[in-house]
Amino acid sequence: MSIFFHIGQYVIWMSRVFRSPEKWSIFRKRIFEEVQNVGYASIGLVAIVSLFMGAVLTIQLAYNLESPLIPLYTVGLGVRDSLILEFSPTIISIILCGKVGSSIAGEIGTMRVTDQIDALDIMGVNSTGYLVGPKMIAAIICNPFIVVMSMALGMFGGYMAGILTGEVSGSTFIYGIQFWFQPFYITYALIKTVVFAVIITTVPAYFGYYTQGGALEVGRASTVSVVYSIVIILTFNLLLTQMLLQ
Amino acid sequence: MIEVRNLNKSFGEHHVLKDINAQFHKGQVNIIIGQSGSGKTVLTKCMVGLHEADSGTVEFDGRNFASMTFNQKKEIRKDIGMLFQGGALFDSMTVAENVIFPLSMFTDLSPSERRDRAQFCLDRVNLPNAAHLYPSELSGGMKKRVAIARAISNNPKYLFCDEPNSGLDPKTGLVIDQLIREITEEYDMTTIVITHDMNSVIEIGDNIQFIYKGEKWWEGSKEEILKTDNQEVIDFVYASKFMKRVRADLAK
Repeated sequence: MSIFFHIGQYVIWMSRVFRSPEKWSIFRKRIFEEVQNVGYASIGLVAIVSLFMGAVLTIQLAYNLESPLIPLYTVGLGVRDSLILEFSPTIISIILCGKVGSSIAGEIGTMRVTDQIDALDIMGVNSTGYLVGPKMIAAIICNPFIVVMSMALGMFGGYMAGILTGEVSGSTFIYGIQFWFQPFYITYALIKTVVFAVIITTVPAYFGYYTQGGALEVGRASTVSVVYSIVIILTFNLLLTQMLLQ
Repeated sequence: MIEVRNLNKSFGEHHVLKDINAQFHKGQVNIIIGQSGSGKTVLTKCMVGLHEADSGTVEFDGRNFASMTFNQKKEIRKDIGMLFQGGALFDSMTVAENVIFPLSMFTDLSPSERRDRAQFCLDRVNLPNAAHLYPSELSGGMKKRVAIARAISNNPKYLFCDEPNSGLDPKTGLVIDQLIREITEEYDMTTIVITHDMNSVIEIGDNIQFIYKGEKWWEGSKEEILKTDNQEVIDFVYASKFMKRVRADLAK
């Protein structure tokens, strides 16, 4: 099917996500459940990846900035800006897309092929809103915290790597982190994170929702949804960067 | 009563339902039979709104489902219970939570009233001690019974059962059939059962509709179906050796 068909169907389907829930108390409960699934369960992975990436960034920058004309605090500055501008909002979102997105596509796809979504529809429940709405809201709430945590842990990883390898002293690294700090970078990163949170949850959910067949198709939907989500994230990353940093 | 008038449904070039007209009566077990691929499930899905019909109407006690708004359809759906082939229980919920779910969504009952109602429904399907189990811990027959309990928890007016006996041994199938018959009478529902199983047809069928290649080919009672001279119905009903023997006995 053409890409335009999917875009049209996705837009119509998304309009159902924003319909008023049948019961707000159940909707709120579902959001808390999804905060656990979408947010809390990802903290460990994000923490490990961020620590190591911060450390690697420090070592690579220190290795490449050996010129006596470039001050060593540039390492801290480079690590900070790389993490805030690109690594934490974009790369972490792509990692979350692999972890959370594939899980969402698998869960909703399985519900589709085992008639659970039809069962919801027949009961009179807006299945799209019930299944996807809480996931999307949970990701919009959690992902900014996760990304800020990733920034902090990445810088901590870089700080530790600088000290342990002896490439950059702690005070120089911290000076670099504080040097010429632009608070708008954080705003920019968080705007991207919220947009990516919507993509990470709704695109895989869309592919899962329209799965047809059996286990094989659910697996395929999961893979395809992650690929599409990553491409969409990268496209929006480019557009938002152009829009916000000009 | 549910009335279907001039219902047509196509998937691309494939004309699946051809001008179907049928009535499904209140307080009766209405059975739809037909070969695989004849359009039985599509007919049911069109009736409950899971598929949109190309033309024709479906009326629930005089209310035309096709012309309703999204919210009006939601209201009617609260009166519909459906038993799916595989049960379609929510994996992440216990049996009790599955049965309570429609009550939580659409009633203002207190938590204790909901629990009592769920336990009543589980007792009704002879599963008094299964409330804490998850669907993965249940047998096929138990899943079907939980699905029936969930379907009746909200006191529906209409019950749809999609091949309720598939994958079950004959004895368990009989239990499910009897349960469907009993709750239909108890709740005075309009029950529609899709099946291939001639045992079910003979056991519980009040009004039988035979679908053949997307058309409503034949309609009658369980007594009439055994004596019909309609060749397509005969080929379907007496397909098995067992039923051929029944036919020979009837002829004697």
